[in-house]
Amino acid sequence: MTAKRLAEGGRIDRGRTLRFTWDGGALAGLAGDTLASALLANGVRIVGRSFKYHRPRGLYGAWVEEPNAIVDVQHGEVQEPDARATTVELREGLAARGVNARPDVAHDRYGALDLLHPFLPAGFYYKAFFPDWHRYEPRIRAMAGLGRVATAPDSRRFQALTAHCDVLVVGGGPAGLAAARAAGESGLSVILADDRSAPGGSLLWQNATINGENGDRWADAVSASLGRGNVRIFARSTVFGAYDHGAWGMVERRSDAPAGWAGERLWTIRARRTVLATGAIERPLVFPDNDRPGVMSADAVMQYLRLYGVRAGEQAVVATNNDSAYAVALALRAAGAAVMVADLRPDLPPAAEAAITAGIRVLPGAVPLRAIGRDGVRLVDLGPQDATSPREAVMRVPADLLAVSGGWSPSLHLLSQARGSLRWDDGRAAFLPDRCPPDLHVIAAESIAAALVEGHAAGTDAAAALGARVTIAAPHCEPDPPATPIRAHWRVPIRRARQWVDLQNDVTSKDIVLAARENYSSVEHLKRYTTLGMATDQGKTSNVNGLAILAETTGRAIPEVGTTTFRPPYTPVPFGALAGLRHGRLFSPWRRLPAHRDHAALGAEFREYGGWMRPACYPRAGETAAQAIRREAAATRAGVGLFDASSLGKIVVGGPDAAAFLNIVYYNEVANLKPGRIRYALLLRETGIIYDDGVVTRLAPDRYLLSPSSSHTQGVLAMLEAWRQTECPAMRVAFHDVTAAWCTFAIAGPRARDVLARLTDIDLSDTALPHMAIAQGGIAGIPGRIARVSFSGERSYEVSLPAGYGPALLQRLLTEGTPHGITPYGVETSSLLRAEKGYILIGVDTDGMTLPGDIGMSGPLRAKPVDFVGKRSLLMPDALREDRRQFVGLLPDDPAAPPAVGAHAVEHTADGQRRSIGWITTSVHSPALGRGIALGMIERGRARAAAGETVELYHLGHLSRARLCSPVFFDPAGERLHG
Amino acid sequence: MLLIPCPWCGPRAEPEFSYGGEPVIRPGPAESVTDADWADYLYMRSNEKGAHRENWCHTNGCGQWFTLTRDTVTHAILSAEKP
Amino acid sequence: MRYSATSLLRQGLAGHRAWPAAWRSPPLQPRYDAVIVGGGGHGLAAAYYLAKRHKVGRIAVLERGWLGGGNTGRNTTIVRSNYFFPQSVALYDFALRQYEQLSEELNYNIMLSQRGVFYIGHSDHDMEMMARAVNAMQINGIDTELLSAEQVRAELPLANFGPDARYPIHGAFVQRRGGIARHDAVAWGYARAADGLGVDIIQNCEVTGFIIRSGKVIGLETTRGPVSAGAVGLSPSGHCGVLAAKAGFRLPITSYALQAMVSEPIKPVLHAVASSWATGMYISQSDKGELVFGAGLDLYPSYAQRGNLPTTQTIVAGMLEIFPAFRRLKLLRQWAGIVDVPWDYSPILGPSPVGNLYLNCGWGTGGFKATPAGGYFLAHAIATGAHHPISAPFDLGRFATGALIDEAAGAGITH
Ligand SMILES: Cc1cc2nc3c(=O)[nH]c(=O)nc-3n(C[C@H](O)[C@H](O)[C@H](O)COP(=O)(O)OP(=O)(O)OC[C@H]3O[C@@H](n4cnc5c(N)ncnc54)[C@H](O)[C@@H]3O)c2cc1C
Ligand SMILES: [Zn+2]
Repeated sequence: MTAKRLAEGGRIDRGRTLRFTWDGGALAGLAGDTLASALLANGVRIVGRSFKYHRPRGLYGAWVEEPNAIVDVQHGEVQEPDARATTVELREGLAARGVNARPDVAHDRYGALDLLHPFLPAGFYYKAFFPDWHRYEPRIRAMAGLGRVATAPDSRRFQALTAHCDVLVVGGGPAGLAAARAAGESGLSVILADDRSAPGGSLLWQNATINGENGDRWADAVSASLGRGNVRIFARSTVFGAYDHGAWGMVERRSDAPAGWAGERLWTIRARRTVLATGAIERPLVFPDNDRPGVMSADAVMQYLRLYGVRAGEQAVVATNNDSAYAVALALRAAGAAVMVADLRPDLPPAAEAAITAGIRVLPGAVPLRAIGRDGVRLVDLGPQDATSPREAVMRVPADLLAVSGGWSPSLHLLSQARGSLRWDDGRAAFLPDRCPPDLHVIAAESIAAALVEGHAAGTDAAAALGARVTIAAPHCEPDPPATPIRAHWRVPIRRARQWVDLQNDVTSKDIVLAARENYSSVEHLKRYTTLGMATDQGKTSNVNGLAILAETTGRAIPEVGTTTFRPPYTPVPFGALAGLRHGRLFSPWRRLPAHRDHAALGAEFREYGGWMRPACYPRAGETAAQAIRREAAATRAGVGLFDASSLGKIVVGGPDAAAFLNIVYYNEVANLKPGRIRYALLLRETGIIYDDGVVTRLAPDRYLLSPSSSHTQGVLAMLEAWRQTECPAMRVAFHDVTAAWCTFAIAGPRARDVLARLTDIDLSDTALPHMAIAQGGIAGIPGRIARVSFSGERSYEVSLPAGYGPALLQRLLTEGTPHGITPYGVETSSLLRAEKGYILIGVDTDGMTLPGDIGMSGPLRAKPVDFVGKRSLLMPDALREDRRQFVGLLPDDPAAPPAVGAHAVEHTADGQRRSIGWITTSVHSPALGRGIALGMIERGRARAAAGETVELYHLGHLSRARLCSPVFFDPAGERLHG
Repeated sequence: MLLIPCPWCGPRAEPEFSYGGEPVIRPGPAESVTDADWADYLYMRSNEKGAHRENWCHTNGCGQWFTLTRDTVTHAILSAEKP
Repeated sequence: MRYSATSLLRQGLAGHRAWPAAWRSPPLQPRYDAVIVGGGGHGLAAAYYLAKRHKVGRIAVLERGWLGGGNTGRNTTIVRSNYFFPQSVALYDFALRQYEQLSEELNYNIMLSQRGVFYIGHSDHDMEMMARAVNAMQINGIDTELLSAEQVRAELPLANFGPDARYPIHGAFVQRRGGIARHDAVAWGYARAADGLGVDIIQNCEVTGFIIRSGKVIGLETTRGPVSAGAVGLSPSGHCGVLAAKAGFRLPITSYALQAMVSEPIKPVLHAVASSWATGMYISQSDKGELVFGAGLDLYPSYAQRGNLPTTQTIVAGMLEIFPAFRRLKLLRQWAGIVDVPWDYSPILGPSPVGNLYLNCGWGTGGFKATPAGGYFLAHAIATGAHHPISAPFDLGRFATGALIDEAAGAGITH
């Protein structure tokens, strides 16, 4: 093709040359170019290959509708696969490659596939390649896909934000500018979003005179005057989706983002009213070999000319079925090209006069019957619209550019997403807005003059609906002479030839006919069977033609065939922008202990436990984690250990009805607890399933302190609120989560009291502070609390001070404990100590099926006088079954080999199969017992344990045996709690 | 994205709320409820297509529970009641 | 005409002019022996098995829209049978075994691609739960393996092994027989085969009510007029509650929108199905090259067949956290289907409180993989009036005894 950059024209900066590469070759463009316009200016004709047949393809469009020019681009470290060359702004150093071709799109070896086309009709893969698809799939897969994704990390940043406005105007063409101008004048807050580098839309390349100036000037002036105060203009911003209650998704591309800032931002815009002024997309004309490079949308030809100063060819045929392409013909002529027009309407419209006057030959009643030229159009056959054979061509003309206009489809994607409806209009041969949601205004104007009027009206109406007034007049534009109606054209009835409907996915009119023949004749079946409209352009240029051909083939009218639903997004949205800042650590930030840094200084190995970063253990130099855990456990049992329990929940429950309320919510009796005393209690769901456990402390007659497990605190709080508000609204009780306000350290072991005695004035004698009691007083001179509870089986004190003292308290405890050999221990060690005692860990030993009876806590069900959450569920037939899984201990036959957690106990059924009777939930090597021990949930476990039964354990194909026993392995009498 | 009119705070965005199921009446006391009635309360739902009464909690806001009537097809909110 | 490479070649030379309709569009007859409500994969399969195995005479499938247009045509097509409870294994592995020979049986390529389904674990605790699940599956005869982090890296090299990973990868478990299949082909294949056996598939025909006499259903009201029926099978995913209400009973089901989405197509980079326990996302790459993925529900009831933006963002973020390289790709399409989620995430099958009315409901977020089983057991119930032993544990009555089959509680997987 002999496209070239003209000496003048275009919204480009001729002073700034940008170097870039295309498939490895060095080229240059200008600032303001898109990659597509730069390629065109450089005479690059083949920019892609079709998906299925690998046919050479050139640029068809100039913006988001482009089906062919899909490229991988790299700029610095940032790579983007499957970019659309028409929307990529050219930048210095950009490297672009065509996709899905070898070695490159100009010389694609797979081009030969086109010869096989008779055997690759729509849906061919459903009819062959079985029974064993696996034999064929790898090769077919390797052929598919477009670009290649780079895998190296980059420093690209994204952000997600929210904005609110009174009126959102989507689209900054004549209609959108007029709407924003009107709504803005009323003083309301307005957002105008336009996906190009500046508002203006078609005013920037089509002819118009508005309020006496050129349309592009007017657009620039209006944008400049609007972009302050109450009107915000977002350029390079695509509104891609309509969501509920006036919410819109918009992605903003910032070419000027400072280094380290988000280049792309995802906006959720909540608008009270929205004006959709998204313009229209020109449809292709469908005719044999209409996919040749050099066949372009007439409007795109105009855009290349006016926006970039690039003339797409020197010998042009402009083929049209409506008036709009005449302006293109004139512009090409004025730019020095030889031009001829084929208008398929039999009578020449008045619009043709100017063209004829300008010396352009206009052939009425003619459409292209074929574009000739494998790697680019050379010749065009013209003939009647109803030709059934290529021989009916009346003329063969040389051409390097075939600019086509098949009419205009208003972009109503967002209206459809917002649940508006569309109706087919025969006069305009297009879908137009039908029903529109009440907070929407939609413009689908036929001309710039109409767009200005309708846009102004929409802006005024939107303002009025919100109680604001617009006083300025609509922008004035001389209306075009009345247009001659479009004459619809869907394909040429030449049977044998291939006529492309969906260029990217290689769907031809024959495929549609085949689908109809096989009764895939609902629109959705058609789409899926042929892949029409499923390519990365989402059918922007193919949907209507496809529908119409289906209608024609099945003898229906277009409205009977219907239209497909448009799904978001309008154009592809970068995943990174959707995620915004939610990645890495920020995906779900960890919570840290008040004394986190001090633990780190102590050599803690941190792991995540339910969202908290906590020390797992404190390995010393040369020690493995397992060794550290054993050392810490032994030191705690022998002397004293220190454990940071600050993450444990702390919920204060207060009010005159606190006791009565908690007695409803908790499984265990908590109302008769004496002030100053503590009790272990379970919290059930209404289904009877154990949700959480923890200790309940009565601080005063009307005040309790709950200690849910670290990861359940929010959930427990929510549950309390739900029950208070919905089931017990008359109760006077309130909750306060004070978890973050306190730090808590457990001092456990026989020497615990000795350490503590050195820093508190609280009476630590067993009479004053027995097991399961709490006392308040000075700790290291600060008012705090000491609770005597134990999760290790040792004498243990939980010391709490306001969180800010966490680091200081930790240091002080370590200092005071040094003479006693105090040893910090972590969560894993704590878990080992509790396992030796048979204390359950919620979510580890229990799961979403465990009832309290299963862990041996059936007392409250029998004894508690009041109805409580989950009670009735414990009386259901399945809850009363005798063969439920029960919590037991297991002693492996090989004491040196604790079974794997997750191993199943199995029995053999009559037919020789294994059957699971339960599983191991905890398994450790116990330093206190000097052997492996385990806990598990086993069917009829308690009876089996009482009988001393042995079970077979299965783990990943390995078998072992273990004897069932009580889960309490260590100090069964509990003497050490007081030792 | 829903815009939910919290009866206490006014309209707020969907991520601030959590859905809390259909309003159900808890039968009791436990001893006098049949298995079938209890199962009905726990599990059976009318799951209305159209106007649907449902409990919501303004979790990341005022923390209050309230009842919405919402169209489950269009998501239009028909009313919001304080308990 | 039988489909085969030969017929394709022959037709290719003849301009593809002789392919017959894959199914007819017959008028609704006034009377059928059995009527299936819902022309998704399950309903079409039920009709096929009724005709094929039970030789029931006049059968109709009534579909309110176009066949396969419900969740069958909207799902992420993962098939697997790696369930925790033996009852579930029996059900889902039955389906998978049917799938393994379905292309041949239906003479339609459903493109079953058994590329392996990986569940990634992110902590020691996850790995312990996975061991528990894997052992349960192995005991029940399902092929699963527990993999180390290194093994995962070898098979899913793009998964996030970076130092900043919020969810470090500790390992995975995999079912190699799991994979994906072409959803439309499953619906179309069953439709074509059922039609070939004389089943009337009536599209654009919505069932609006039941005609019930003395506790038994004898017919249906439809938008195309009434029709009498010897027995009725309900297979209307997304509308189970609506139809149950019309028949006078309630189900333990809530309907939610479940989103799915695809990227633009890229050259193959992901050769298996991958899922993460931490973010709930699951992803595969289609034969066309698109990354197909999803995760959690929009967490409020909906019949809107579309999801909202915050959930989309959460799903995408969860996917990128596991596959950070994909952040440079773009979202091409996003949609949602209405899934009927039962309390315990297991389906509700067999007899209903109304005579002659049989249920195939509550497949929730994971019923595509069970399509052959749902159809098979619904056909069995309609033809015999009773449960097949495999469907018996899934009876509606389980809710009144509390004998739920809660896979989420058992294995932590819901999809
Ligand atoms: C986004 C998404 C992802 C999923 N991913 C997976 C996955 O990876 N793996 C998996 O196994 N499952 C998945 N599922 C679930 C799976 O899609 C469904 O469980 C399964 O397809 C249900 O099949 P069906 O034939 O029962 O339903 P459908 O295909 O929904 O068919 C039910 C049909 O009933 C019709 N109907 C409803 N009411 C009436 C009426 N009154 N009269 C007549 N017809 C009626 C509907 O129009 C519909 O066509 C996913 C679901 C969704 C939405
Ligand atoms: Zn509120």
